[in-house]
Parts: sequence; C-alpha cells; structure tokens
Amino acid sequence: MITLNHYLFVSGILFAIGLTGVVARRNILTIYMCLEMMLSAANLTLVAFSRFHLTDGLPDYNAQALVFFTITVAAAEVAVGLAIIVALYRTKHSVDVGAVDNLKG
Amino acid sequence: MPAPLFYFFSLLMLIFGALVVICRNPVASALSLVVSFVGLAALFISLDAYFIGTIQILVYAGAVMVLFLFIIMLLDIRAEAGRKPNMLAVVGGIALAVIFLVQLGSVLSKNEMGNKTVADVPINYQTAAQVQKLDTIKADLQNSTLPDAKLVGQTLFNRYPFQIQLIGCLLLVGTVGVVLLSKREVN
Repeated sequence: MITLNHYLFVSGILFAIGLTGVVARRNILTIYMCLEMMLSAANLTLVAFSRFHLTDGLPDYNAQALVFFTITVAAAEVAVGLAIIVALYRTKHSVDVGAVDNLKG
Repeated sequence: MPAPLFYFFSLLMLIFGALVVICRNPVASALSLVVSFVGLAALFISLDAYFIGTIQILVYAGAVMVLFLFIIMLLDIRAEAGRKPNMLAVVGGIALAVIFLVQLGSVLSKNEMGNKTVADVPINYQTAAQVQKLDTIKADLQNSTLPDAKLVGQTLFNRYPFQIQLIGCLLLVGTVGVVLLSKREVN
C-alpha cells in the first residue's frame, strides 16, 4: 500500500531532479523551470503531511494554506524573474548563465 | 488512491520532470513541465487536497507555464541549442542529487511514523461536523463530503487575514515591478 514515506520519497526525487537541473543546465530559462519544480516538490511534502496529520478528523488545513501562499509567491516570482530575464536578454543577447560574468573576480 | 494509479502518476511526474532537465529545446522543457505538473496535481488530489490540485493546474500549468512559453517564443533562443553541456556541472549536479536521495532514503527507512497509509488515518466526518461552526461546512461534512475549498478559505480568512493582505500587496508590487523592468528606457 501507499504510505506517507512513498509520497515523501517521490517528492524528494522530484526535488533532486530540480536540483540537478539547476546545477547542470546553463540555459537560464531551464534553471528557472527547475526552481519551480523544486518548489512544487516542497508543496507535495506539505500536502502529504497535511493529509496524514488529522486535526479534529480533518486534514491539517494550515499546511494547505501555506501551500496556497507558496503558489502565490511563486507566481509573482516567476513574473518578476521572467521580466529580469527579458531585460538580461536585451543587454547580453543570450540566455546562457555563462554570459553574465560582470561580478566574476 | 489505488496503488497502480499512484505509481502511474508518480512515474508520469518524474519522467517528464527528468525530460525538463534533459531536453535541449526550451519549448520541449516547458511542455514537459506542464505534463509533470498535471501528474503532481493528480497526486495532490489523491491526498484529498482538491483545491490545491485545482490551483496547481490553473496557476502553474495554466498561467505560469504559458508565461514561460510566451517568453521563450518572444526571445527566440533556438541558437543556443548547439552548445555542448559543461560535463563538470552535469556530474556535480547528478552527484548532488544522488547524495541527497541516499540521505533521504536512509532517513525515511528509519521513519516509523511514515508507515501509515491514507486508509489508516481516515477523515472523520462526524467528529469534524461537531467541531465546525459554519452551517454550510457542517452540512457538507454531515453528508460525508469534504468541502475542501471552503475549509481552505475558512483557514485563510480566519487565521491568516494579515498574510492574505500581504500577498495582495506582493502581487501588486510584482505587477508594478514587471512593468517597470520591461519598459524600454527612453534615451
């Protein structure tokens, strides 16, 4: 049967895939998508804990409220981040993270 | 949720999640991420979080990923496809992920509290109906249906009213910031 550990492990694998993408990829848009994937993996953990921690016979809705806030903040973050990427593309004419090395020592 | 469905949606989510990292074409990555998020939404729904599953599809698969696709097509970045990946970064990324998964596996294998299934912690509608104060939620619970959106809304507006306003301000600041950032400078 499917236990809480199954959900936690699946969410961990999704987080690990996102982490690999953030470290290995050089396209800034792909890195951004992998960040979204890591956030969603954390959301899955929260929802799983919410369902398995019953309060008064119902899932713990505080966790789901937190997930709601996370999704809202992530949406705002994507909007601002993509605007920054567009501004970066206008100056550097590239979406490669290697092209942005002004602060490199 | 029956076990085969759980494995189907988990594999769907993980395989398309891996494709996001593997695909060289950003459009293919974005579309894979949409499918991955649909699988994730199915897992949310399997955990009785219908509202969260719905907004996962509406906000992430709908709004956020359309924004991503819009930007990818706007920038027209197919020229980058020819570059070969940095092998050191790829090996490092995979090593980090493997270390993380080994750690997680060793923690979870000792986690006795995680060995309960959804059937072990059933939602107790009658107990919940006695505690709830709102009539509409109470009536739903007495009919043994889970008024998920109502309960999330009740939690948000009763316990986190300040945070809701803060999120509203954040979205406003985000909107203003995006307009400011994407505006072409005059002169």
